[in-house]
Amino acid sequence: MTTECDQKASMSDQESITNFTVPAVAEETVAPLSDRGETVFALEDVSVFYSAFKAVREVNIGVRANEITAFIGPSGCGKSTVLRCLNRMNDLIPGARVEGKVYFYGTDLYGSDVSATEVRRHIGMVFQKPNPFPKSIYDNVAFGPRVNGVKKKDELDHLVEKSLKGAALWDEVKDRLKTSALGMSGGQQQRLCIARAIAVEPSVILMDEPCSALDPIATARIEDLMREIKSRFTIVIVTHNMQQAARVSDRTAFFTTEINPASDRRTGVLVEYAPTKQIFSHPSDIRTEQYVTGRFG
Amino acid sequence: MAVTTRISGIGGGGQPTTRTVAPDLRAQKSWRRTKSGIMQWLMGASIVVALLPVIFVVITVIGKGASSVFTGFPKFLTAAIPNQERKIGPGMGPAVVGTLLITALATAIAVPLGILGAVYLHEYGGRSPFAKVVRFLSNVMTGVPSIVMGLFIYVIFTLNFGYSGLGGALALAFLMLPIIIRSVEVMLKLVPTSLREASYALGTSKSRTVLTVVLPSALPGVISGCLLAVARAAGETAPLLFTIFTVNQTNRNVFSGANTTLSRQIFSNALSSLSGAQGRAWGAALTLLAIAFLFTIIARIASARFSAKR
Repeated sequence: MTTECDQKASMSDQESITNFTVPAVAEETVAPLSDRGETVFALEDVSVFYSAFKAVREVNIGVRANEITAFIGPSGCGKSTVLRCLNRMNDLIPGARVEGKVYFYGTDLYGSDVSATEVRRHIGMVFQKPNPFPKSIYDNVAFGPRVNGVKKKDELDHLVEKSLKGAALWDEVKDRLKTSALGMSGGQQQRLCIARAIAVEPSVILMDEPCSALDPIATARIEDLMREIKSRFTIVIVTHNMQQAARVSDRTAFFTTEINPASDRRTGVLVEYAPTKQIFSHPSDIRTEQYVTGRFG
Repeated sequence: MAVTTRISGIGGGGQPTTRTVAPDLRAQKSWRRTKSGIMQWLMGASIVVALLPVIFVVITVIGKGASSVFTGFPKFLTAAIPNQERKIGPGMGPAVVGTLLITALATAIAVPLGILGAVYLHEYGGRSPFAKVVRFLSNVMTGVPSIVMGLFIYVIFTLNFGYSGLGGALALAFLMLPIIIRSVEVMLKLVPTSLREASYALGTSKSRTVLTVVLPSALPGVISGCLLAVARAAGETAPLLFTIFTVNQTNRNVFSGANTTLSRQIFSNALSSLSGAQGRAWGAALTLLAIAFLFTIIARIASARFSAKR
């Protein structure tokens, strides 16, 4: 289970991605990555503002396909903010503004002719607190496909079964698909949300602290699930739990906050982005080292 | 309040000792408990006082109207209204038909408009100046006296198109509209944002989210709000005075010709000094009460069956 991660991590130890630490000068292009694993997301100098407040400054990061990328860092450092940029969920917050470029397979997500709805069809999201619709389990999973125009009952049945199996939930609920989704435990509800996200067959699944509301056993099941589905999707996960990032992710990005001298408020900044093994064993930045060894945060 | 009490003393050998004594956990007599008891009694008393008029009304109406309605049972609800007031006996048939038709038409006009208005105000309008104006105006409309609304419809509609059930329905619909808008907007606010986010994250458009996620979640509250509005409308008399006039025959065509409703008939019959007419008025009152009660039950059943699964 860990060998695959280990192999990938050790091979890329050689090329420590130092041009993704905080750049002093904005770079024109994203630095070239190794050919193994195409780039799904390329963020160039992305800053996020909430009205006048700069929440995150100049993030440059490249997320690779079929990997689990973890964003870690203390509270308020902008990890969720950056994650929500990746599927334009920040559009829903009045006053939120994104500067810089977010490329998804080469297309600028914030381009003028890009529809947010289409973006979200390809980039799914699982939230911190499980939020199933107050409908039946079947209707929850079938919701996305129905929106996309799938109407035939047998197609829907097949999609629902496939997604629930993909979320390791099928065996537990196959006899009660028509009962309310709210009657399940927290861990099951979160797996249902994952099944719901899988059902629309996105290429990326973003997870915003998906296990923080769950007990350790449910957490372990979801982590197993993430490893299983990694081959079909690219996963980006925000987590407060460093051990989870160490267990599950291939690459880790460490964010922290800086006090902005002008406004005396904290702005989030990306400190280091490297294969997980490297972040946890030989981090390049002192702040990363202090965080992962538990000296702060 | 001390949790534990320590008792200091001098033990054998001259050393000071402390030992812990278990606290007295029995209920303490205090002014606070008495005050709490008084308040509970007062609350109970005020509930009784609030319910008394309702109970009184129901008992009186049933008592006085039962004889009119239940002698030869369905006859009261279907027989024609006697043209001579002094005649004793049924019925109120045309008025029942009128009430049902006009209230149904008013509901059909007000409910879709009200729900769409509330959806606009909460989901799309937000804080825009236009939404603020709409919200303010609909709040003002809740205070418009019903007779003024009747006059308004009289001037713009009835004078041009004559008396009709449609005019009455319009007047009632405009009285229902602000109630529906306000209560539906509150219900939409209660739907958690996390549900909307979940829907958006699946690539659903805003309109589809509102239709398939938000409104079904808010449905029980939406139905209650509409029911409140229908209850107000079914009992209104004043706006109907100018818009449907009055007749004693059944008029099934709501779009032309004067009409009559139970509330209207209660108004004219109760004023009469003849016992025949008064008997019919009480009967009509009981019928109206029963119809309102029936609507409530139907709406509760519908709400339970179609609402989002809990």
